[in-house]
Amino acid sequence: MAQHPIPSRSRSGSRSRSLRRGPAVRAAASAVAAVAAVAVLAGCGSGSGSGSASASASGSGGSSAAAPSGSFPVKVTAANGSVTVKSRPEHIVSLAPTLTEDLYAVGAGKQVVAVDADSDYPAGVPHTGLSGLTPNIEAIVRYQPDLVVASQDSGGLVAGLRKLGVPVLIEPAVATLNGAYAQLQQVGQATGHAAEAARTVAGMKSSIAATVRKAGSGHADLSYFWELGADPYYSATSKTFVGEIASLFGLRNIADKADKATDGGYPELSQEYIVKARPQLVFLTDGGPSNGGQSPAGVARRPGWAEVPAVRNHQVIDLNADIASRWGPRLPQLVAEIAQAVEKASGR
Amino acid sequence: MTPSRRSRAVRGYALAVVFLAAAVLVGAMAGAADLNPLATAAALVDRLPLVHLPGGLGPLDRAVLFQIRLPRVVLGALVGGALSLAGAGYQGVFRNPLVDSSLLGASAGAGLGATVAIVSLGGTAPAAVPVAAFAGSLAGVAFAYLAGTAGGRGTATLLLAGLAVSMFLTAVQTYLLQRSSQDIQRVYSWLLGSLAGATWHQVLEVLPYLAVSAAIVLLHGRHLDVLSVGDEEARALGLHPGRVRLAVVASCALAAASAVAVSGLIGFVGIVVPHAVRRLAGVSYRVVLPLSLLFGAGFLVLADTLARTVVAPAELPIGVVTALIGSPAFVWILRSTRAVRT
Repeated sequence: MAQHPIPSRSRSGSRSRSLRRGPAVRAAASAVAAVAAVAVLAGCGSGSGSGSASASASGSGGSSAAAPSGSFPVKVTAANGSVTVKSRPEHIVSLAPTLTEDLYAVGAGKQVVAVDADSDYPAGVPHTGLSGLTPNIEAIVRYQPDLVVASQDSGGLVAGLRKLGVPVLIEPAVATLNGAYAQLQQVGQATGHAAEAARTVAGMKSSIAATVRKAGSGHADLSYFWELGADPYYSATSKTFVGEIASLFGLRNIADKADKATDGGYPELSQEYIVKARPQLVFLTDGGPSNGGQSPAGVARRPGWAEVPAVRNHQVIDLNADIASRWGPRLPQLVAEIAQAVEKASGR
Repeated sequence: MTPSRRSRAVRGYALAVVFLAAAVLVGAMAGAADLNPLATAAALVDRLPLVHLPGGLGPLDRAVLFQIRLPRVVLGALVGGALSLAGAGYQGVFRNPLVDSSLLGASAGAGLGATVAIVSLGGTAPAAVPVAAFAGSLAGVAFAYLAGTAGGRGTATLLLAGLAVSMFLTAVQTYLLQRSSQDIQRVYSWLLGSLAGATWHQVLEVLPYLAVSAAIVLLHGRHLDVLSVGDEEARALGLHPGRVRLAVVASCALAAASAVAVSGLIGFVGIVVPHAVRRLAGVSYRVVLPLSLLFGAGFLVLADTLARTVVAPAELPIGVVTALIGSPAFVWILRSTRAVRT
């Protein structure tokens, strides 16, 4: 099961193995298909899985902090257990957009030889047709990697590369901001950039803190709807990664009432409930042509939505879908986008 | 019709009308927005011609009721009626109780059409998805029909051709999806079927297609009864089996394609409803077809009401509900039918 806490419409594309049996799924009764889909969404929001991963990541942060930046071998504890990187990796392959961003943020960009098809940031990354969702080990090995980073161990990735002596770090989607910081630091340690990683994280923390300080953290009077997808309407509760970020401002999440254990914090909401809950803010993460094509103007045209306060007061915010679905170094930008909306809504 | 059969049919019609009316009423009253039931009823009555009954619903509640909930109820009724009628029509044409739209390439074609639209256009043209699904559904049936009638003439050949075409189209669809992983969730939501985004606009869009196809299918009830005794006998009675088959298959395909275009793939309705109707009102297609339309409409309205209320304010995919209720009900019908026969 994939461990993406964000059922992303964007290029970080979450997907599970069950989906790969396309013909079987389609041929099966819709019940089977439906159960699989619920499993996908549940898996996407598997907070427990990512929680444990981030915990182990921060644990490793403590253990290898003793080693000075750039000294090898380095031992880190990723989601796939303890991984030893014998020498400074010079041919890194990244199979996840967030990890690609992490690598470049900590200064390991020059060591990266190939990134997967979904990695598109920063500009100029060595883009390839590699897939992190259905990895082809032979295609990965062609780049002669000495370190592979991925957000999930699908298709026997770790076992296959272990046979060839290539270390693999599995860094799944995180459930908390601290998990995101820990992952960045671990990427820094494994690539010989621990000090830069620590600086990056410190910079992110202070930027986010300053943003929150300016906008204020006591906005319990403002309610919001976080739209992951329209028709059907998928949302994220306060327990999710993005929910935690919105909670920095004290915002009230209208999806919390729909929270149940099985969907991992990503419920499908009834449209009439959304409208009736009168959210003052609507955050779209399904905007942009490749992510669902929703827009504030489109939301205003939805039948029955005209009376929603967010629509009436022009508080439907089109977030950058990529930034809103990754847990990498651009998180301060996401926080800033939310802060801007909060400030406008509270009349500052 | 013998008097007993006629009274059975009359009872069936009465039940069907009551069932549909009750389903629509329940569907209109229940929902995640927790509207006051009395005020909702008052607002509904207020909308009837010549009645003025100012209710207690505010503007937002009225928007919820008339712009979000009611179109969903009406669209559910249309889709359920279309799928059930198409299922019953196919079963008559093929003299096989297991056939429905999904077997003849219609669902696979619609799935491929929707996938092509989503993958190639992304979110740039959401309106293209239903159109592509509609076209894909019709193309799927057309392929199956051409492939099936080119080789042999029997209905079994046609069914097997439908199976082969479905497999092929599904394989193409899976291949496209594999190559475009970021669209999987959107395609998947569509494949599961949903009425969550229903609008009056959609209702008006599908209504003409459904009206025409339903009228043609309903007019062929007597012909399907004659066909049920066999092609030779039907010919002896002056019927042209090939023409009847083509007319009914084409209309059923049109009805199912319109339904699929606005709701995605909702399974099982086309099989379970006609069987329940046969159990209730006998096997004559003159009765089975219209009753399937009415009961199917009510069934899907109820299923959708459950889908949006059981875990409210969250929703269940409607395909889960139709199969969860439909499967046990189906087994019960099968068992009780056999008990009657033996």
